Amino acid sequence: MKISRRGFLHGMAAAGALATGTAKAAGHRKFDGYPGSFGLLHDTTLCVGCRSCEAACREVNNLPPVEVPVGDKDIFRKKRRTTEKAYTVVNEYRKATETTPAVYRKHQCMHCNEPCCASVCFVKAFTKTPEGPVLYDPDVCVGCRYCVMACPYYALAYEYDDPVTPRVVRCTMCYPRIKKGLNPGCSDACPTGAIVFGKRKDLIKLARDRIARFPDRYVDHVFGEHEFGGTSWLTLAGMPFGQLGLHDGATHTPIPEMATSYLSVVPLIVTIYPGLLLGMYAFTKRKEALALKEKNKAVADTLAKADEETKKKLADAAARAAKDKERAVNQAVKKAGAEAKKAAEKKEDEK
Amino acid sequence: MNESPSERTGIITPFNVIAAVILAVGAVIILIRFVKGLGATTNLTHTNPWGLWIGFDVMTGVALAAGGYVTSSAVYLFGMKEYKPIVRPAILTGFLGYFLVVVGLIVDLGRPWRLPYPFVVQAGPTSALFEIALCVALYLTTLFVEFTPAAFEWLGWKRWRKVVVSMTVALTIFGLLLSTLHQSTLGAMYLATPTKLHPLWHSPYIPVHFFVSSIAAGISMVIFESMLSHRVFGHLVEISHVQFDNITVGLAKAGSVVLAVYFAIKVTGISLEDKWHYLSTPMGHWYLLELLGFVLLPCILFAVGFREKKTGLIRFAGAWTVIGIILNRLNVSIIAFNWQLPPDERYVPHWMEIWVTITIVTFGVVVFKWIVNRMPILYEHPDYRGMH
Repeated sequence: MKISRRGFLHGMAAAGALATGTAKAAGHRKFDGYPGSFGLLHDTTLCVGCRSCEAACREVNNLPPVEVPVGDKDIFRKKRRTTEKAYTVVNEYRKATETTPAVYRKHQCMHCNEPCCASVCFVKAFTKTPEGPVLYDPDVCVGCRYCVMACPYYALAYEYDDPVTPRVVRCTMCYPRIKKGLNPGCSDACPTGAIVFGKRKDLIKLARDRIARFPDRYVDHVFGEHEFGGTSWLTLAGMPFGQLGLHDGATHTPIPEMATSYLSVVPLIVTIYPGLLLGMYAFTKRKEALALKEKNKAVADTLAKADEETKKKLADAAARAAKDKERAVNQAVKKAGAEAKKAAEKKEDEK
Repeated sequence: MNESPSERTGIITPFNVIAAVILAVGAVIILIRFVKGLGATTNLTHTNPWGLWIGFDVMTGVALAAGGYVTSSAVYLFGMKEYKPIVRPAILTGFLGYFLVVVGLIVDLGRPWRLPYPFVVQAGPTSALFEIALCVALYLTTLFVEFTPAAFEWLGWKRWRKVVVSMTVALTIFGLLLSTLHQSTLGAMYLATPTKLHPLWHSPYIPVHFFVSSIAAGISMVIFESMLSHRVFGHLVEISHVQFDNITVGLAKAGSVVLAVYFAIKVTGISLEDKWHYLSTPMGHWYLLELLGFVLLPCILFAVGFREKKTGLIRFAGAWTVIGIILNRLNVSIIAFNWQLPPDERYVPHWMEIWVTITIVTFGVVVFKWIVNRMPILYEHPDYRGMH
C-alpha cells in the first residue's frame, strides 16, 4: 500500500499536527503539483464528439463496450455523467449552427494536485502519485462515500448495486499503462488530437502557445492550471468554462485547505476544555461552599444573639423577683410591727 | 415493580401492534439492502451519494441527541441542581439517539463491517469524518457509562453504581468536550463542498452554527421529551407539577437565549460574507423561512413563555424548534445541497429509505419505553434518594 504524500500535508498541519504540535508547519509554502508529473490536455475546440475516447477507455479498463455506437450523435440529447461502467463520458454543450461547430467536453476524474477526495477520506484510501494519477485503494474503503459527495467535478461513481464489495469507481488516468510507458487509452484513440498526453508543465506551455497563436479561437484561460490548486487534466475552450459545466472563476485555494482549516480547533478544545470546565466546576463548588458557610454563620449569629437576649431577660426577671421579695418582706415587717403596736394599745385599753 | 398499566393489560396494545408492523417491514427492507445492495433500496446516485440515512439518521440524529450533554453539564458542572430530575431521561435519550445514529450509519455504509478500519487499519486524520467517528465512538461509550447507574440501581449492584457515580464530573466534562467537537465537526464536513452547498448555508462559520444549534436542539428535545414522558409515564413521575413547570420555564429562558445567539451568528455570517443578495432568490426565501420561522419565532415564543410562565406555549416552542433543527440539517445535507442541478438530477428519498428511518426512530421509542418502565429514570430509586 502506498503511503500518500502531498494533499495530506495541509490537513496534517491544519489538524494542529496532533502529535508534533507544529501547527501549519508548512504554512507559507505552496504546492503546485509534483514536478515532472504527467497530465492530459483536452482542447474542446478540436473535439468533434465522436466518443472514440469513451470506447477506448472501456476497452483498456475491461469494461462492457459502449451501448450507443461511436459517432451516433443521438446520445447527446441527454446530459450524461460518469458511472461505475463509464469512467469517461462526452457531453454536448452547444449545438452546431451554420457558422460554428458543436461544442463537446469530456468528463472524467480531473486528478487534482491536492485532491479533495483524498483529504476527506477517513481511511486515506486515495493517493496522489508523483506521476500525476490519483489512485484509490478499495481494500481499506469503508464505503462512506464522503469522497463522492465532496468532489467538485462530480467525477466519482459508486457501485450501489454491489452488496458485498462496493467500490468507488473513476478514471485512473491509465496508471498501469503510464507505468508501462504507454499513453492513456483515450489520448491514443482520439482521431483529432483533441486529447494530448504529456508532462503537465509542457501541456500548460502548449495550451498557452495555442491561445497566443489563435486568440480568437480560445478563451484566454487554461482550466485546471490553478483551479482549486490545479489538476492533471487541463481544458482549453472557445466559450466560457461556466457554460461547459466547469467552475468559472474558481479559487486557487485547494479544497483540502478549506476543508481541514477547522480541524486546527480540535487540539485547542481537547487541551483547554478539561482545565476550563474543571475551573468552572470549582467555582460552582466554591460558591456553594461559601454560601453554606455564610448560612451557618448567620444561623450561629442569630442563635448567639437570641442567647444573649434570653440571659438578659432572665437577669431582669431575677432582679425584679428580688425586688418584689424585698418589698413583700418589708411590707410584712411593717404589717407585723403595726399589728404588734395595735395589740399593745389594745392591752393598755383593757387595763 | 413499576409496571405501566399498558403492560399490565397485556402485550397487545395499539402502540405495540403499530410498532411491531413498522419494525417487521423495516427489518425486511434492511435485509433487502444487505442482500441486494444500496441500489435496490435507495434513490442514491453518483451525483447524490448521501440521502435520508445520512441527512436525517446521522446529521439530525446527533443534533437531537444533544440533550444529554446540555443537561448533565448544567447540573453537574454549573450547579443548576433544580434540573436534576431531567438529567437521567436526557442521558437515556442521548444514549439511545447516538446508538441509533450508529445503526443508521451501519445501514448506509457500503461495507459497514469495516467501520473500525480508520482506527485499526489506516487512519485518515485529515478527514472531518475521522474526528467525528472517533468522537461518536467515545461519546456513545461515555453516554452508556453515564446511563449505567440507573441500570445498576435496578439490578441492585450497589458497588458498581458507587464507582460510576464517583466519576460523574469527569464523565460530564469528557462528554461536553466530545460533543463540542463532533457537533461542530458535523458542520465542518460541509466546508469541503463550497461549490455544491448553497452559499447561504455554506459558511466558514458552519461548525459554530452546528454547535450552537445543537444546544438549542438539546434544550428543545428535553422540553419535548419530558412533556411526552409526563403524559405517557405520568404515574412514574415523582416531582410535583409545580416543580416540573418551573423546570420547563427555566428551560425556556435558556432556549430563548441560545436561539438569540444562534440567530445573531447566522446574521453576522451573512453580513461578513456579504450574502444579502441571495435572500431575494427562491433559495433565499427558503432560507428566510428557516431563519425567521424556525429560529427567530421560537426564540420569541420561548421568551414570552418564560415571561408569562405559559408552559403550553413553551412546549409548543420546543416542538417547533425541534422541527426547525430537522429542517436545518435536511437543508444542509439534502435540500440546499446540489441546489444548482436540474430537478431530474436532484435527490428525493425512496419510500424504503423513509421507512427505514421511521423504523429506527420507532425502535428507539420502544427501547426507551421498555427501560423507563423498569429502571429509575423518571423517579429516584428509594434506596438512593437524595444521593448523587
